[in-house]
Amino acid sequence: MNPRILAVTTGRILRQLRHDRRTVALLLVVPTLLLTLVYYMYADQPAPPGGPSTFDRIALVMLGFFPFIVMFLVTSIAMLRERTTGTLERLLTTPLAKADLLFGYGIAFGLAGAVQATVAAGVAYWVFDLDTAGGSGLVILIAALNAVLAVALGLFCSAFARTEFQAVQFMPVVVAPQLLLCGLFVPRGEMAGWLQAVSDVLPLSYAVEALQEVGAHAEPTGTMWRDVAVVAGAAVLALVLAAATLRRRSG
Amino acid sequence: MDDAIVLRDLVVDRGRRRVLHGVSCAVPRGVVAGLLGPSGSGKTTLMRAVVGVQTVNGGTVTVLGRPAGTPELRRRVGYLTQAPSVYADLTVRENARYFAALHGRSRADADRAVADVGLREAAGQLVGTLSGGQRSRASLACALVGEPELIVLDEPTVGQDPVLRADLWARFHELAASGATLLVSSHVMDEAARCDRLLLIREGRLVADDTPAAIRAAAGVADLDEAFLRLIRASETGGAVATGTGGPAGAAGGETS
Repeated sequence: MNPRILAVTTGRILRQLRHDRRTVALLLVVPTLLLTLVYYMYADQPAPPGGPSTFDRIALVMLGFFPFIVMFLVTSIAMLRERTTGTLERLLTTPLAKADLLFGYGIAFGLAGAVQATVAAGVAYWVFDLDTAGGSGLVILIAALNAVLAVALGLFCSAFARTEFQAVQFMPVVVAPQLLLCGLFVPRGEMAGWLQAVSDVLPLSYAVEALQEVGAHAEPTGTMWRDVAVVAGAAVLALVLAAATLRRRSG
Repeated sequence: MDDAIVLRDLVVDRGRRRVLHGVSCAVPRGVVAGLLGPSGSGKTTLMRAVVGVQTVNGGTVTVLGRPAGTPELRRRVGYLTQAPSVYADLTVRENARYFAALHGRSRADADRAVADVGLREAAGQLVGTLSGGQRSRASLACALVGEPELIVLDEPTVGQDPVLRADLWARFHELAASGATLLVSSHVMDEAARCDRLLLIREGRLVADDTPAAIRAAAGVADLDEAFLRLIRASETGGAVATGTGGPAGAAGGETS
């Protein structure tokens, strides 16, 4: 890996994103619209005794979902384009190392995810009075980490898609089970044993648990840091797998 | 040795089909070598093998004294793929500057490469909005920007207007004069005459490997197109070119040149 090449590759990916103004606008506005929807859905619902209000409970987890879902899709398509337009083959004939490309995507879209999470969190806290015991900085940190995880998974999955249609189909395959089993809909402790086992190996479960820890405790807890480490580890593992799919030589 | 490219018995299969049947040849440094042949004859596969991105099933490929694909060669070899491989959502300048930076070249180098392919006016345009010919020149600029010692260009002049084509060929000869070696594929015979050396490939076999003058002399005609036709006929009937015997299976190779 070469810091200069990594830096110019990250810059190139962000520049591509910047030229696509509509995508940037959608990235920033859509989470706010969806939060608004959720806010009014639960506006008249009574808060469950002792726990956080329903909006607080859901909005906190949603802040982690947005970058995860969006960056997975954006990365899958971006990497598929690199493969189908021949730019990947060309890049692999230059001094660029595979890690420069993979980390370039991780940093560029990780940053984009962090910006998205910051805007969404700003709206949630200031407009909709989201209440968490812990700080908003930790919420944004976890959301940005989710973005990096999603980028890594997207880079890996794009190797198995030949067309954009196929790449988009990986969204329900990779993302939906993680959303369903992460503990938002049914607490993980109340699921059937085999569902819990599946949930235990899905990285988003840990990201959600970390967010819930921030929601419930003023100071960062050991559980939260362990969860953060698990998510980061999963991202690194996915990046290693993605590197294995980049072949300099092909038939 | 002073050869930029040396192929020895290069065999490449793609899927179950054998694309290159033991090709051997050498390209000396400092020349513009033309790789000619009909579509589907194995030109792109041969170029990919030289650049080191093609899985090879037999034989050796030596590039600038090293086995093709050696990491060190990545800063010494430039490759233009047949389909323009540049980022459609970046401007011409941004593309050139990115590939320049990968090779450790400056922004000024990138701007010069863009000007050299006649895109100075379009430098600020998104590649996605360019015409096909402009787009492939943008791609060419990105292949030349690293000032590589070996430049492998897969059909660089397709779709270009005749004046630009002449300019590009003049540029290729300038680069060769300054010491670079170019391997340029084409299926247009009038470009053959512009090369210092010619490799004619057909159905994955080398039919001719010589200077244009020597090929004309060998065939006894002034017209290169006609010369190639005679060489192909001679290789089919006379067996002057060493190939596996046995009748040509099927008549799939009946393209015109």
